[in-house]
Amino acid sequence: MSWLSKVRNSISSLAKRDTPDTLWMKCPGCSEMLFVSDFEANLSVCPNCQHHGRIGAKARFDLLLDPGYTVLATPKVPENPLNFRDTKKYTDRLKAARAANPYPDALTNAFGTINSHKAVLGVQDFTFMGGSMGMAVGAAFVCGAEKAIAENCAYVIVTAAGGARMQEGILSLMQMPKTTVATRRLAAAGLPYIVVLTDPTTGGVTASYAMLGDVQIAEPGALIGFAGQRVIQDTIREKLPDGFQRAEYLHAHGMVDMVVHRKDLKGTLATLLGYLERKEVA
Amino acid sequence: MISFLDFEKPIAELESRIAELRTTADGSDLDIGGEIGRLEKKSAQMLAATYAKLTPWQKTQVARHPQRPHLVDYIRLAFTDFVPLAGDRTFGEDAAIIGGLAMLDGRKVMVIGHEKGHDTPSRIKHNFGSAKPEGYRKAIRLMGMASKFGLPVVSLVDTAGAFPGVEAEERGQAEAIARSTEACLALGVPMVAVIVGEGGSGGAIAIAAANTVLMLEHAVYSVISPEGASSILWRTADKAADAATAMKVTAQDLLGLKVIDAIVPEPSGGAHRDPAATARTLAEAVARELDALSGCSPSELVRQREERFLAIGSL
Repeated sequence: MSWLSKVRNSISSLAKRDTPDTLWMKCPGCSEMLFVSDFEANLSVCPNCQHHGRIGAKARFDLLLDPGYTVLATPKVPENPLNFRDTKKYTDRLKAARAANPYPDALTNAFGTINSHKAVLGVQDFTFMGGSMGMAVGAAFVCGAEKAIAENCAYVIVTAAGGARMQEGILSLMQMPKTTVATRRLAAAGLPYIVVLTDPTTGGVTASYAMLGDVQIAEPGALIGFAGQRVIQDTIREKLPDGFQRAEYLHAHGMVDMVVHRKDLKGTLATLLGYLERKEVA
Repeated sequence: MISFLDFEKPIAELESRIAELRTTADGSDLDIGGEIGRLEKKSAQMLAATYAKLTPWQKTQVARHPQRPHLVDYIRLAFTDFVPLAGDRTFGEDAAIIGGLAMLDGRKVMVIGHEKGHDTPSRIKHNFGSAKPEGYRKAIRLMGMASKFGLPVVSLVDTAGAFPGVEAEERGQAEAIARSTEACLALGVPMVAVIVGEGGSGGAIAIAAANTVLMLEHAVYSVISPEGASSILWRTADKAADAATAMKVTAQDLLGLKVIDAIVPEPSGGAHRDPAATARTLAEAVARELDALSGCSPSELVRQREERFLAIGSL
């Protein structure tokens, strides 16, 4: 506590004003001081440098789906199958993450329309244990794909993850083939599968469903890669190139179709769905 | 000459005493054959007892043993008539993954696997078994070819992980791994994978999404190396042994989790003490699994593989 707040708090006649400590923020991109409300009103994109901030599942649904969408239930999976603990118990980490999040795990699906095009939208939330892929994420992905197949519509997935959830050990690794079974079933049904890569998408998530889209879209500046930058640097002991593993770098190397500003994302998806979706012949 | 691991020190000491006694006995008419025999028996018992209760971290060391048989050894000892096939037809030839046509006890197969190398020049040549995108794209090409000509696929997994480097990222390491996993799942022919050494994360699963997954007795298979998990989750480099235990990396653990279907036993003291015997057991186990799958139609094989991976870890 600073001396000023000490003095201020000791004067009881001064009513405490409700000033949230989140009123201002420093843009991680350009270090400009921004009003949080302005930043959020601008889709969590810095008006100054266009840095795309990380946003949660609810904000994504509101951004990309037309009003009236339904959030799908997250499938139940065994909790803490390895009885894992590192410095903390995995069950405690899960509890803490759930207390801080509106949804029970890192991937949540919603069913609705994108500018009137029917779609299932899955969103990975980085604030839930780094968006990491464990059994719940794998099961939610399969569930989202199955819903899309049942509804004969596209599956659009917005990825954000540090990688596999280490606390589930090998079972998290097994989500790579498991989710790939689901992308194959979407393909077999002739349904579009579109991936929107957001900051950050790395590790086993990138090396499975995040790279298997019919169309690969990335948000500007998003970190996208397989290996972590520190690991690469420790291996090659050289300076990494400028912009390495950023969306624009991946685009230049042929790994994504397009880099799309958040404000244009919904329109882009709708256009793509218009081309790719199959209309049932009456 | 076997190089001993730290936890094998008592066995190493005993072995060197036996060797000393032998040298002494050779140059004299002392009859110490009985004593040597007694010590050899004791050494064998100690070895068997040690290997019967290896900790997950000790198994990790056995799986990485510099003399552990690798893909080239198995190709020589378990297969015959090997015809290597090279290149991804797009960028290059990656010697970290070797593949080709081979005979397995009268069966025509496509064999694909990681090769780590056995000395400095070969380790450099094979990039220590850490493949780049072109390695996985070669695997995809060979799997496609196997499917086309009705050849079952046998994959032998032994990698610390896919190569983490700038060029690997630029050429799409993640996409290559994802597509390789997909290629396994799409195969219209039987596929049997064996984790023979280290099954390191995405670099391993890319060629291990098989109908049947076997694992050598002292091999390890995990989502991240114990050292990696230690530094990320414990934020220190010295908790690798704890991480290996917590992550359940052993064949025995993974059989319980139904991630693997069966364990292939190793000779007493590990595969490196008798590569030929290990290769024989491995060949028999793979042949048995291939035969069990041989009556399935392509769509049944795809369906069985899909169900296998969908079912892992379900309630």
